[in-house]
Amino acid sequence: MATQKSAKTESSLAKDAIIEILEMHKWFGDFHVLQDINLTVKKQERIVICGPSGSGKSTLIRCINRLEEHQRGKIIVDGIELTNDLKNIEKIRAEVGMVFQHFNLFPHLTIVENLTLGPIWVRKVPKKEAEEIAMHNLERVHIAEQAQKYPGQLSGGQQQRVAIARSLCMSPKVMLFDEPTSALDPEMIKEVLDAMIELAQEGMTMIVVSHEMGFAKSVAHRVLFMDYGQIVEGNTPEEFFENPKHERTKLFLSQILH
Amino acid sequence: METTNQINKTKVIKPPVTQVGVIGWIRTNFFKGWFNSLLTIITIYFLWIIVPPLIRWVFIDSLWVSTGAECHQTDGACWSIIPANIRFIIFGFFPYDQQWRPLLAMVLLIGLLFYSRNRNHWKKSLLYAWLIGLFVMGLLMKGGLFGLSSVESTQWGGLPLTLMLSVFGLTAAYPLGVVMALGRRSKMPIVKTLCILYIELIRGVPLISLLFMSSVVFPLFLPEGVTINNILRAQVAIILFTAAYIAEVVRGGLQAIPRGQYEAADSIGLSYYLTMRLVILPQALKIVIPPSVQQLISAFKDTSLVVIIALFDVLRTTQTVLSDPKWMGFSAEAYIFVALIYFLCCFFMSNYSRRLERELETGL
Repeated sequence: MATQKSAKTESSLAKDAIIEILEMHKWFGDFHVLQDINLTVKKQERIVICGPSGSGKSTLIRCINRLEEHQRGKIIVDGIELTNDLKNIEKIRAEVGMVFQHFNLFPHLTIVENLTLGPIWVRKVPKKEAEEIAMHNLERVHIAEQAQKYPGQLSGGQQQRVAIARSLCMSPKVMLFDEPTSALDPEMIKEVLDAMIELAQEGMTMIVVSHEMGFAKSVAHRVLFMDYGQIVEGNTPEEFFENPKHERTKLFLSQILH
Repeated sequence: METTNQINKTKVIKPPVTQVGVIGWIRTNFFKGWFNSLLTIITIYFLWIIVPPLIRWVFIDSLWVSTGAECHQTDGACWSIIPANIRFIIFGFFPYDQQWRPLLAMVLLIGLLFYSRNRNHWKKSLLYAWLIGLFVMGLLMKGGLFGLSSVESTQWGGLPLTLMLSVFGLTAAYPLGVVMALGRRSKMPIVKTLCILYIELIRGVPLISLLFMSSVVFPLFLPEGVTINNILRAQVAIILFTAAYIAEVVRGGLQAIPRGQYEAADSIGLSYYLTMRLVILPQALKIVIPPSVQQLISAFKDTSLVVIIALFDVLRTTQTVLSDPKWMGFSAEAYIFVALIYFLCCFFMSNYSRRLERELETGL
């Protein structure tokens, strides 16, 4: 209780912040994968995180909904500090949507069952209402006609849009995207990015790990560059792409923007 | 797709006549190469030698309704041993005039099993039907209420006993095995260690020794005057034994589920229990349908081992009939009959498992 209270007072320091990460460290064994991460995300802010593979960007956003445990520092989501308290973790996970590189839809359930699982069992919404929520969110990603199919019958792009809709069904306050387009065939990337752009226009708070620089330019408020477990620099997309400050950022940008 | 269809339309070439139809099928399956043809000819020769005498023994020279003495006069099969002794083979020492009771109990059980085959019937009402059904079956077997005379469980035997040991053994062992499998993968060290100990200890001993322990060693630990029914102890031994094997089968299924499934379930806020129940187990158990059914079939046949602790299952009652001097020497016929019963049950299980697999196929 005490920790929750102190967390509340601290979060009020940075007004309208939804995620606060303070001096956070994480190790995989001896490997220092995240080093002194400090990040505040405001409501409705959209952040794109890029960086070379192994730089810790996926691990960072996986810490936000506790798919990975951090070992030092603090993570506060919507006024609740992430500790080992299972109830808190489940509460935060219900508020934070996550979209994975490999979709991770439940293959034994139909699309609509995939979407209603969370609302029915976590939010305790009646089945009928949950199905309405599901259909509404499927329409948001333009895929309502596939509701009765199984994930295995859909293309990769369609599956990823279903995955987005599944997260939306929990009416999350924040959406995390872990390389949402990197497992897709090139012709399917656009439909997923379009769905994400529409989501952005509706004012969703988003943290996106991605190398889609076009997406970053058009949607992000801030672009962060990570390398060797540190946030090297973060800036508005214009500044970030035009005037990168660090050598490492310049090198990285020169490699991906040819 | 479109383009290939168009290409086919412009020029249709049929395969050679010798490759399709009946001729093609016979060629590819019986006479593909000289070795293949040789095998076919040898097989036909052996069938020619074996099948006609077999048919004569089974159908033509056989006796279906006769006394044992008449049977000794003929060369054919003496199927008469079955109808003449059917009630003892099926019901064992159950009081003769009360044998309609186990018959009714079996009909009820088989009826419930058949009704439960259809997954659309898996509702709460089915659970109640089973609970009521179990109560009625128990009442029919045991009696002592509603004017039914009481029958001691020492008099139970034959097919009802076999069915009881296996149906309850398997239905109780399966959930227990699932719990053990989850426990073995648990992050809690004590739970994990206990489950590993249980599985490895039980798997490390033969069922026979477990049955002996349950009937001979276990009573030594009970306080004086307390006795536990012999059938119940055998039942528990079968459950514990089968559960250990099922646990390992299920663990294999759990390991086949990618980590992403757990993470996706976590990320929408499902608890451990809900994750397992709604996401992981439905997929894992589907994967392990073939090995689980294999395990269940094998456990079903293993129930015949209860003869060693003096329970009269259907195999033992058959042997008892064979020791009757009137029917001595017709063991082949009697065993074929019992084998047929076992086969029907096992075939039912494997058939049903294939059907389940088909129904649960979702184009993964």
